[in-house]
Amino acid sequence: MMVRKLSLFVVAILLTMAILPVSAQEGVLTIYSGRSESLIAPLIAQFTEETGVQVQVLYGDTAALASQIREEGANSPADVYIGQDAGALGALAKAELLATLPSDITERVNNPAFKSVDNVWVGLSGRARALVYNTDLITPEELPASLLDLTGEAWAGRVGWAPTNGSFQSNVTAMRLILGDEATSAWLEGMVANDTAAYNNNTAIVQAVINGEVEVGLVNHYYIYRFYAENPDTPAALHYFPGGDVGSLVNIAGAGILKTSDQYGLSQRFLLYLLGNSAQTYFATETFEYPLVESVPPNAELLPLADIQTPDIDLSDLDDLQGTLDIIEQSGALD
Amino acid sequence: MTLTFLRPWRSLQTWIQLLSAFVVIVVLLPLAYLGIRALGAGEEGLAYLLQERTLTIVGNSLALMLTVTVASTLIGVPFAWLTSRTDLPYRRVWLILGLLTMVIPSYLGAITYIEAWGPKGILQSVLAPFGVDRLPEIRGFFGAWLSITLFSYPYVLLPVRAALLNTDPAMEEVGRSVGLNRWQVFLRITLPQLRPSLAIGMLMTALYTLSDFGAVAVMQFNVFTRAIFQQYNNTFNTERAALLALVLVALTMVLLYVEQRLNRTTENYRVGTGTRRQLRPVKLGRWRIPSLLFCASVVFMGVIVPFGVVIYWLVGRVYNNPVPVSMLELTGNTISISLLAALVSSLVALPMGVLVARRPTQLNRLLVRLTYVGNVLPSLVIGLALVFFTANYLPSMYQTFPLLILGYVTRFLPFSIGTTQSALTQINPRLEEASRSLGKNNWQTLWRVTVPLAFSGIMAGAALVFLNVMKELPLTLILSPIGFRTLSGRIWSVQNEGMFTLIGEPGFLLMLASALGLAVILWRDPRTRH
Repeated sequence: MMVRKLSLFVVAILLTMAILPVSAQEGVLTIYSGRSESLIAPLIAQFTEETGVQVQVLYGDTAALASQIREEGANSPADVYIGQDAGALGALAKAELLATLPSDITERVNNPAFKSVDNVWVGLSGRARALVYNTDLITPEELPASLLDLTGEAWAGRVGWAPTNGSFQSNVTAMRLILGDEATSAWLEGMVANDTAAYNNNTAIVQAVINGEVEVGLVNHYYIYRFYAENPDTPAALHYFPGGDVGSLVNIAGAGILKTSDQYGLSQRFLLYLLGNSAQTYFATETFEYPLVESVPPNAELLPLADIQTPDIDLSDLDDLQGTLDIIEQSGALD
Repeated sequence: MTLTFLRPWRSLQTWIQLLSAFVVIVVLLPLAYLGIRALGAGEEGLAYLLQERTLTIVGNSLALMLTVTVASTLIGVPFAWLTSRTDLPYRRVWLILGLLTMVIPSYLGAITYIEAWGPKGILQSVLAPFGVDRLPEIRGFFGAWLSITLFSYPYVLLPVRAALLNTDPAMEEVGRSVGLNRWQVFLRITLPQLRPSLAIGMLMTALYTLSDFGAVAVMQFNVFTRAIFQQYNNTFNTERAALLALVLVALTMVLLYVEQRLNRTTENYRVGTGTRRQLRPVKLGRWRIPSLLFCASVVFMGVIVPFGVVIYWLVGRVYNNPVPVSMLELTGNTISISLLAALVSSLVALPMGVLVARRPTQLNRLLVRLTYVGNVLPSLVIGLALVFFTANYLPSMYQTFPLLILGYVTRFLPFSIGTTQSALTQINPRLEEASRSLGKNNWQTLWRVTVPLAFSGIMAGAALVFLNVMKELPLTLILSPIGFRTLSGRIWSVQNEGMFTLIGEPGFLLMLASALGLAVILWRDPRTRH
């Protein structure tokens, strides 16, 4: 009796095993995506629908996936890497893990700032750092002229940030390049001393600003548009620091093909698809990012990219994530 | 006499020892590799560890561990006593409600607490008409402490309750008869009898607190697991993650050592069996209302609030989900992988349980004890060790189901071995002997006699593994094959994007399916059945 029960149990388990999906198939494109699912999955589905190419995606954080690829070395199953930060792409490039891209891919992006000098990675969409503020609590005249002003006494307890967030950390990396480590540490410590409220992600910051939990917050520009879509009267707006301030860094989400990929052809097709007009239009209209292909105009609600006075740095140089995490940790921002 | 019981298993022993040794190697090898990686960090790594902020992390971790353990004890012990030894109305209902907190993963619970008690959370919006503009910040130490406590007090409640039901009431009656009041009886007689089970419960709570990743990440309280995850997640430096992991392992070793020392220096109180009578419930009298209030507030905080917030998300979805995800697929995957892990864990545990229950030699006990390492190591550490190891040396295992299962089994095997072993010790070996005298060999005896008799215990262990794998986050995140999606992974990814309302569906399904596992545990326990 018991034995029969047990065998039934075993059979049931074997059946469930059979249902579990099988990984690593032939002719399947494997993507490691540091870009979150909600921002890219619809495009991947469309790509499969139009081309018939099967795609499997590993979602994770931008830096973690890059370090995973490094760890996997020659065994990496990844064909394409998508990161939300040029620094991570730059680091993969420095480790000589990225293959050279053909010119028909790199030429789609006109602005040389948004692709690698060595043609090993290419930007897919642009994203600006900005200050979101509560329009009920703050008038435009009160807004700070520079990111560095937020350590001032006037801003104590009024600012939100996300010190564990990758986009924030690459902004800190940019600050290190422009101002040096010492000034960056001082700024971080000043922010901590100023009771800056820490959140886990950009959405939580925007939400907190709307609630009035904090009055301003350091975010990527596109998150607020999700809130506008729900409620056009959302009492929040974006402020871009003027004059090439480090707080107005324009970064990219980009992609590269792994040298170890056995699907080079499919990978190229995929990148061309992401730089095609329909995908670029998707970035403009659905995720509210800046398309990087000239023929596709950005969303009319956004400040034109040319009007954002971004600091003058090579995005590939934002690759010292370790140094950045070190000084963020030392500043006490994570404690 | 005893030896004749034992001898028959001898022919099996070598095989089982080999199997156990294999399990031990599989479990320990990746960890050894983690150690090698940490050493690879060299002097620079040492300099990193010898910073002031490492001390902060140690301090934070210890503070959280101690306060959670104390608070869980202060909740778990009275709750166990009230639901086992008193005339509390509906005490079985209270017990089951109190245990329901086990189906809520700590990260999910923590997110619901932020939503409910945050500065501008649900409570604040209720209080807003009364002029409450904002509530104090919940993120940080307080929130981490609150959520881990409320989702881990069953570690204390369960063993203490079992001990309360097993003790001899005669001692307490003697205490009453010599004029001690009820509190004195509890403090001087009941509590010392509970000491061993209380020690186990507190140890489990402390170990769990050190290993929890989800709640501290959500609450942004900087303890070891969060610092390790930061190094792994936000940089290219795996050495530092390994270094911090080793320090955490060392910390847990110290904890185990201290616990062993404390237990050795105390006389473990033993109660004569034979003459135990039915326990007479203590009359609560005027303490009835406060007792009910106590149970109700624990259940409210630990169960009603998380469930309520999840249902609130479920009903009031605001975000348009950009990517429709098949909840059926997520639920099916989660349940399948959890069942599979529970099955494998039970199958591996069976021979090892036989080994220590039937032939408890020093070598055999050591072999089995070594596999208990999973109970001590945080999932995050096990996951990283397996990724580093397979990515470098076993690419064919990398990102496969066997590896994911291996991770789960490494972590949760001790649950299976523990329950299997105690079930086996309750079987009279003469039954096995009889089977052999009727001409069945060892394997047949194991399969036809031992396993059916121990089935209930084995099932309880399997259910415990099932429940924990359902909720498991770091192992699932780190080891899942590409494209394999689970409920916990989904909850984590939408919380990362801050789309809380999307947690409603997977959160509710996860708690519901876990409740099935809990139901098996409770149903198998004769004391909660009727």
